[in-house]
Amino acid sequence: MKSSVITFPGSNCDRDMDVALSKFGFKNKMVWHNDQELPKSDLIVLPGGFSYGDYLRCGSMASKSKIMNSVINFAKSGGLVMGICNGFQILVEAGLVPGVLLRNKYLQFICKNVHVKVDNKENTFFKNLDKKVLELHIAHNEGNYFCTKDQLKEIEDNNQIAIYYCDQNGNTNNQINPNGSIKNIAGILNKEKNVLGMMPHPERMIDENLSGEDGSIFFKNLLNNIK
Amino acid sequence: MLVNEKIAIQHGLKSDEYKKICKLLKRTPNITELGIFSAMWNEHCSYKSSRIHLKKLYTKGKKVIQGPGENAGVVDIEDGDAIVFKIESHNHPSFIEPYQGAATGVGGIMRDVFTMGARPIANLNSIHFGSPQHKKTKNLLRGVVHGIGGYGNCMGVPTIAGQTSFDSSYNGNILVNAMTLGLVQKNKIFYSKAAGINKPVIYVGSKTGRDGIHGASMASASFDDKIEEKKPTVQVGDPFTEKLLLEACLELMAGDSIIAIQDMGAAGLTSSSIEMASKGNLGIEIDLNKVPCRETKMTPYEIMLSESQERMLIILENGKENLAKKIFDKWNLDFAVIGKTTNTKNIELFFDQKQVVKIPVNTLVENSPMYDRKWKKSKLPKKIKHDRSKLKNLKIKETLKKVLSSPNICSKEWIWQQYDHTVMGDTIQKPGGDSGVVRVHGTDKAVAATVDSSATYCWAHPLTGGKQVVCETWRNLISVGAKPIAITNCLNFGSPEKEENMGEFVECVQGIGEACKYLEYPVVSGNVSFYNQTKEIGIKPTPAIGGIGLIKDYKKMITMNFKETGNQVLVIGKTEGHIDQSLFARTILDEKNGPPPEVNLFNEKNNGETLLSLIEKNYIKSAHDVSLGGIITAVSKMCIKGNKGLQLKIPKFLINEIEYFFAEDQGRYIIEVSLEDIKDVIKILDKNSVHYDQIGKIIDKELIINQKTKVTIDELKSYNTNWLKEYMN
Repeated sequence: MKSSVITFPGSNCDRDMDVALSKFGFKNKMVWHNDQELPKSDLIVLPGGFSYGDYLRCGSMASKSKIMNSVINFAKSGGLVMGICNGFQILVEAGLVPGVLLRNKYLQFICKNVHVKVDNKENTFFKNLDKKVLELHIAHNEGNYFCTKDQLKEIEDNNQIAIYYCDQNGNTNNQINPNGSIKNIAGILNKEKNVLGMMPHPERMIDENLSGEDGSIFFKNLLNNIK
Repeated sequence: MLVNEKIAIQHGLKSDEYKKICKLLKRTPNITELGIFSAMWNEHCSYKSSRIHLKKLYTKGKKVIQGPGENAGVVDIEDGDAIVFKIESHNHPSFIEPYQGAATGVGGIMRDVFTMGARPIANLNSIHFGSPQHKKTKNLLRGVVHGIGGYGNCMGVPTIAGQTSFDSSYNGNILVNAMTLGLVQKNKIFYSKAAGINKPVIYVGSKTGRDGIHGASMASASFDDKIEEKKPTVQVGDPFTEKLLLEACLELMAGDSIIAIQDMGAAGLTSSSIEMASKGNLGIEIDLNKVPCRETKMTPYEIMLSESQERMLIILENGKENLAKKIFDKWNLDFAVIGKTTNTKNIELFFDQKQVVKIPVNTLVENSPMYDRKWKKSKLPKKIKHDRSKLKNLKIKETLKKVLSSPNICSKEWIWQQYDHTVMGDTIQKPGGDSGVVRVHGTDKAVAATVDSSATYCWAHPLTGGKQVVCETWRNLISVGAKPIAITNCLNFGSPEKEENMGEFVECVQGIGEACKYLEYPVVSGNVSFYNQTKEIGIKPTPAIGGIGLIKDYKKMITMNFKETGNQVLVIGKTEGHIDQSLFARTILDEKNGPPPEVNLFNEKNNGETLLSLIEKNYIKSAHDVSLGGIITAVSKMCIKGNKGLQLKIPKFLINEIEYFFAEDQGRYIIEVSLEDIKDVIKILDKNSVHYDQIGKIIDKELIINQKTKVTIDELKSYNTNWLKEYMN
């Protein structure tokens, strides 16, 4: 399976994502933001970081970079696109997934392990996952997901919420919400379910010596679903 | 503008220093030249009060590739890999403007490391604030933490360890020391020594603005009531540009175009150009009209003294300009050929086709002032006679609660959760342990790093304090299973012009030197920050030491959390019951006098090396060094982290329970050993003449002290974790 990771100026999880994808069997290529064309890929990943320094708004300038035209076309034609953290912010700014990401509720960067509940398995990203709750890692300043009431209704009606922040038993409540996201939303899909944006970093949880191993479960499952 | 002595003094120069300048030049300098002299001769850049003492430090060793004198120190970690590392202060700017001050401190130290060709792989910091009750403390802490995170997080370099303390001596002068480790191939290290004549001098990075002018001079003076007016001397950081600069520099460094490279840190273009020329014994010629400027009508004086961030000066091989420019264009960074090397041994600056500066390089560097300042020796204070019966009446649970929740011991999670500590995917020990540990990407090796200081000990007796800090870093590295390699030091002191403060400096340095030599643990880089002083009040002497060590097989790394119910717990090293200068004495007895705990370097070395051999043989399940708060604090933290309890009993001998549990004797560790290994471990300890006490066994959920007092793990957690969160929210 072929994957491509886009490097924007200021991306800083591009290498980590490359390491993770390669570890689980993807043939990964790094793609420069100023390129026009994407290499032939089964999966495109927009990695975390601070593209363009997060100036103006997180993800906004990156969403206008050259390569994004190709990414948008790729997504519109049904290709799999995944944005992690800053990548999620870029997807939002590019209009590939609905909503916005505001500054964290307590106005602080948060770096820690969190649990997320996987509710919706009718998509390529989470299909066949045998766990309902994953322990992943977050590291962000603007992960507070927000959308209008109408949008929320639409998102819910279309089953677009991919993952929710929860406790280790899968309970979602305000207390364990790390950043103030509406409905504890940690990740969201587009209507067609081929684009996923999420704040947690699965690529930081890929061996027992790191923060945990649930990232491995996610990647292995993803690879199997694409095959 | 005509220069005279009065203007020189306004530039922070002394009257006789000004006279020396006129004598060296055989004329009166012009204003730009005076600015250059003031930048090169201030304390921050010239080390004029400290040089004579720093020379005595132990700086050599088998693993040292580069000692003090370069942008950072370099040590060998085998297989062709090397670690570049350094710590640096950004105290004065952080007090004036905490966010930018701290952020640019982090940016500056990372630049020092990647200037040498190394990719930064870990950041650490040592930050010190005034009393929690002081009106400025909360905002300064918040600003500094945001600043450190704001810069490091954006750069994508994990912040893996640090230290935070509170003491009223920092009320008017906080300390912000930032440390960075970088990884480089041994044969791809870049230095700042210029070589060759007529080589192009290249300016890359951000444009030059009017920010930070006289930053280094500001950092070389005490504070007074008008300190807020100094805000314009604080630089403004742009981590995004630095990230681009990092990638562009590393890309250029992959080839063979660079002869020398130096970042523009303190005193900006002035010190970078002069240092490169001086090291190469060459001259340098710069056309200031070619320097990319952010603002219009900048004068030569402003261009030379600006401390705008994220800039580098490079000397290239002839003919490599286009290749280099292409890389910097790709990363959207400024690139300009601004001059060339010459054989005149002068620094010559041109502006609007006129020569505006001509100074022999050696007058600025070798002929810079060096002082052997007067200093006062300090006596070892007399031991305090504590009222034993009073100690016996203390309730242990209440005392433990006060100690665990005291600002200097409580968990600093509120701080390090704001730092990205997992980016780069190699952090295998996060903040909150004895050392942070990162893997050497793609290998079985890992590097451990820690930063420590003990201002209270140094204040009570500088010589002992200096030794102690070195030993504490040594222990913190060994506790995670790393073999200590070398240190970097950030020496934060008051005014060198006061004999007491100078004495503190001299004796701390002596202590550091002695410990480093005995432990074969050299100093390879560092920085001195004097004048941490507001009017007449200076800080407690605070040498902050960053130590690094190597773990050859990262799977053998040790953590401090208790692992398994039933395992035995031992204290390595002897507990004499030294209470003076302990956190317990200050917090519970309100006693601030007496000597710090004695440092016995023989025991320190022997205990540490023996523990390392036990780790090597896989006998150690968990380990933690005993420091602030004594044995009971150490085991409490191991309980909290492991979510396990401990049946803790005092060994049969002598001193009472309070002294045993809270004493801060040195050279000690807590270790966890399984029942089946205990005999073998004891045999090895005996064979090496290492003192040990068996203090209990691991149980579930409760710390039970001498069979009477029970404290649940949840109670311990709440004692330890609540204070800072509540204070900040």
